[in-house]
Amino acid sequence: MTELLIRSDAADPARPAVVLPEPPTRRERWARLGRLLGHRPGLVAAIVVVVLVLLAAFVPSLLAPGDPNTGVVADKLQAPSGAHVFGTDYLGRDLYTRVVHGASLSLQATLIAVVVALVAGGLIGLLAGFVGRWVDEALMRLVDVLLSIPAILLSLALITALGYGTVKVAIAVGIASVAGFARVMRAETMRIRRSTYVEAARSVGTRWYVSLWRHVLPNAAGPVLVLAVLEFGLAILAVSSLSFLGYGAPPPSPEWGSLIAEGRNYLATSWWLCAMPGLTIAATVLSVNRISRALDGEWSRAR
Amino acid sequence: MLGYLLRRLGTAVAVLWAAYTAGFVVLWLLPGDPISTMASGGLDGEPLTPAAIEALKARYGFDQPLIVQYGTRLWAAVQGDLGASIQTGRPVGSAIAEALPPTIQIALGGLLVAVVLGTGTAVAATSTRLRWLRQLLMALPSLAVSLPVFWVGLMLVQIFSFGLGVLPSVGAGGFSALVLPSVTLGLPMGALVAQVLAKSLTTALDEPYVQTARAKGVGRGAIHLRHALQNAAIPALTVLGYVAGNLLAGTVVVETVFTRPGLGRLTVQAVGVQDIPMVQGIVLFASLVFVGVNLLVDLVYPVLDPRIARGVPAAA
Repeated sequence: MTELLIRSDAADPARPAVVLPEPPTRRERWARLGRLLGHRPGLVAAIVVVVLVLLAAFVPSLLAPGDPNTGVVADKLQAPSGAHVFGTDYLGRDLYTRVVHGASLSLQATLIAVVVALVAGGLIGLLAGFVGRWVDEALMRLVDVLLSIPAILLSLALITALGYGTVKVAIAVGIASVAGFARVMRAETMRIRRSTYVEAARSVGTRWYVSLWRHVLPNAAGPVLVLAVLEFGLAILAVSSLSFLGYGAPPPSPEWGSLIAEGRNYLATSWWLCAMPGLTIAATVLSVNRISRALDGEWSRAR
Repeated sequence: MLGYLLRRLGTAVAVLWAAYTAGFVVLWLLPGDPISTMASGGLDGEPLTPAAIEALKARYGFDQPLIVQYGTRLWAAVQGDLGASIQTGRPVGSAIAEALPPTIQIALGGLLVAVVLGTGTAVAATSTRLRWLRQLLMALPSLAVSLPVFWVGLMLVQIFSFGLGVLPSVGAGGFSALVLPSVTLGLPMGALVAQVLAKSLTTALDEPYVQTARAKGVGRGAIHLRHALQNAAIPALTVLGYVAGNLLAGTVVVETVFTRPGLGRLTVQAVGVQDIPMVQGIVLFASLVFVGVNLLVDLVYPVLDPRIARGVPAAA
């Protein structure tokens, strides 16, 4: 009987049971991306800035072949010009070279911070959302407490316990921003866990960990990754603040925050020492935020 | 109303206790140990003898099991005793109290800047009919939160102190020394207020009561300022606890930039020498402020929206 039914269904290709939208081909996706970017010059500029910063972080010698820690003392404290685009500092070191080489330290710290926050917050949220009941209650109260202490103070408390250094600052910033990830991950997990397809998978005997891996994680990834990009911008600011306060890499390492702290002593005479690294940070954060906004909604709306 | 009050008070106490515990876990369980820093002569003193180390440990209670330390410290904290600073040996509570007045000055200044700038931007952005002006005003907050706070402070010093010479760059003397720190501190918070308020104002202006008021002949400005703004203020008020906590935390950077005395400088110094009781005291104080302001906001809600006090769920 069942066989008959199936055969009759299969024999009628003109009337499929469910109409699925055609998945976009590769070409259509590129066309969509082109349309999206064509109307948004700001977004294109943001992508260019981020690509440049990433290049600076991974292959700094490509953008600035010189050595960031040696300078010609005779050329000290020169204003920006053709030879030194960002000017030179009190030891005659080229500021542009130092900013470019500083990108790798600063971005490394930012990346560690975001990964720490993503993994720790994601796990907390996943656990809370998937197990529910008292586990959920307990973990979410923990998150509330994390939210009641301002992030920079929490980071400072962690630095007091951990000590100084780029990686320690990064971990401190990461732990201070766990709460946001935990909340989003929990909300996503709960939404997906109650969905019909997970219920269907359950009813045919799929184990909970398979369901977690195959259904919940891939579907929760989107919103969490958007948050990760947004958090990246915030983490750049937090890491550079702590580095400005002197908790990052020891001098002469050219971290973005400590470059500004160095330039502070020459504020009255040499404006570029603070302005240029600061503008670099601002441009990077603005671009990252712009991309995060594009990922958040404009991509799915631009059809 | 009394039940509402008691519930809020209970939550506040629970959050404070949890924040203290979180501070304890972070600061006392992790590897950094102030006694060993002192023992190795790490700060500026001579290396200590083993007997002196034992005496120090006994004095600060480090020789007892952690759970006992936690119990005694928590009980002391409940009674208002936050312990003694390892760096100076003075009580943490009075050190915080002494550092507070200059910090309160710039925090209040920052709050004023945040509220004025935030409300001004939001009202202007939602009331203008010029498309470009509206878009410009709406874009300002996201620009402001992308700038590093310490850099904004330094640039303001550059322009107003060194360039124009109108405001002092450092120190804590007089009203004019308050302007630049307050603006630096208030700017990112103003951006937050502007974002939240602009969103809720836009929603409020779409409500039927606005149309009714319009139909009855009330002017645009009156609708905006009297009807919509009052209702839109509730979501903006919600972020005020967050704003207050962050104004306090922001002083860490701002007081360093402007070389002002205060709680922020105290924090930076305490972190620099691993003064654990001091850092924990400051963390507890910050969460006390956060909880206190949130409690205040909770008390103002029923005044703005009487439905909350009567337990009627507010219309979505």
